[in-house]
Amino acid sequence: MTIKHHVSDSLLMAYSADQLPEAFSLVVATHLSLCDDCRAALGGFDALGGALMQSAEAVPLSDTALDATLALIAAQRPVADRAAPGAGIFPAPLADYVGGDLGAVKWRKVGMGVRQAILPTAKGATVRLLHIPAGQVIPDHGHRGMELTLVLQGAFSDAAGRYARGDLDMETEATQHTPVAEAGVDCICLSATDAPLRFTGFIPRMLQPLFKI
Amino acid sequence: MTGRDKSSVTAQDEAEDFAALLMAVRDAGDKAAFAALFLHFAPRIKAYLMKSGASAALAEECAQEVMATLWQKAHLFDPARASVATWVFTIARNRRIDALRKSRRPEPEDLPWGPAAEPDQAEALEMQQETTRLAAALAQLPSKQRSLIERAYYGDLSHSEIAAETGLPLGTIKSRIRLALERLRHHMT
Repeated sequence: MTIKHHVSDSLLMAYSADQLPEAFSLVVATHLSLCDDCRAALGGFDALGGALMQSAEAVPLSDTALDATLALIAAQRPVADRAAPGAGIFPAPLADYVGGDLGAVKWRKVGMGVRQAILPTAKGATVRLLHIPAGQVIPDHGHRGMELTLVLQGAFSDAAGRYARGDLDMETEATQHTPVAEAGVDCICLSATDAPLRFTGFIPRMLQPLFKI
Repeated sequence: MTGRDKSSVTAQDEAEDFAALLMAVRDAGDKAAFAALFLHFAPRIKAYLMKSGASAALAEECAQEVMATLWQKAHLFDPARASVATWVFTIARNRRIDALRKSRRPEPEDLPWGPAAEPDQAEALEMQQETTRLAAALAQLPSKQRSLIERAYYGDLSHSEIAAETGLPLGTIKSRIRLALERLRHHMT
């Protein structure tokens, strides 16, 4: 798999510093599961976090802290490591939120043949799975905040390029696009946004309440 | 040892020692090794959590839990991909989100790790050294730049305010991790 569109350094640093809303973190973590380049780049920012923590002025713990910690350890039960990825299309972090793979998704129709499933996350941003029929055009739209879209199956294209499995598309207030799902396989994406989309045509604007986006 | 002052040599030895101590915890459940790691890291975890807004009491409790998690997850530590300090930071970060924000942090898929993929000693050593170099470079940053990084990591900047141009040499660490991942993937197939 060749991933061409990656997480920006600033987003990676925000994820490392844990300053992203949960919805965006889920998209980033899912991309990282598919992309070793970004996983390695994240390692650089984590090393920075480690160096910062190392350099902080130490605050002593109570005299009993070590014994208390050893007692915690003695009481620990071994935890099973997270299950190895199955044969599905959802990497582990996404499968955790869905409660399974593609078959476990509870889709709702939103119009134009598009289906979506909003995943439960903390406030501040929302994240949804989108199922877009092969060949479908998503009307021209802009973004009031930031939108991160990760392709899991199929592909879509806009003026900026082609996005296939593992590719991450980042749109901001400054961008406007008309993505088209490729013919062949239906396109399944994970998409997070911190503000409603802004459709430019009249008819698409009427669709907006249906999308709840 | 040309061009390196005494203090950074000490810091480097220290980083390598931490990795050896964590291996002793991982392989032998060595309590003395754990106590040495605790002595160094627990007060720094506590400081990190307090700077992020936790009370002293909460930070103390969480620092203990982070160290207990370090014991529990020692088998997942890969010295070719992270220094002990980096790894402790990632555990503390997760504890911070539970304790302070009551929110979840989605993490990437775990990479399988086992005796079959035991890292090359030299690779592990280089990773510990790179991280020590990064810490030295961080200490020498102009205070304005350093303060921006601190604000990002201690939660005073929103994600849209975070800019990744740190002026720090992160590229070498990234390429080393990339190589370690390739080796790991090769073992998995």
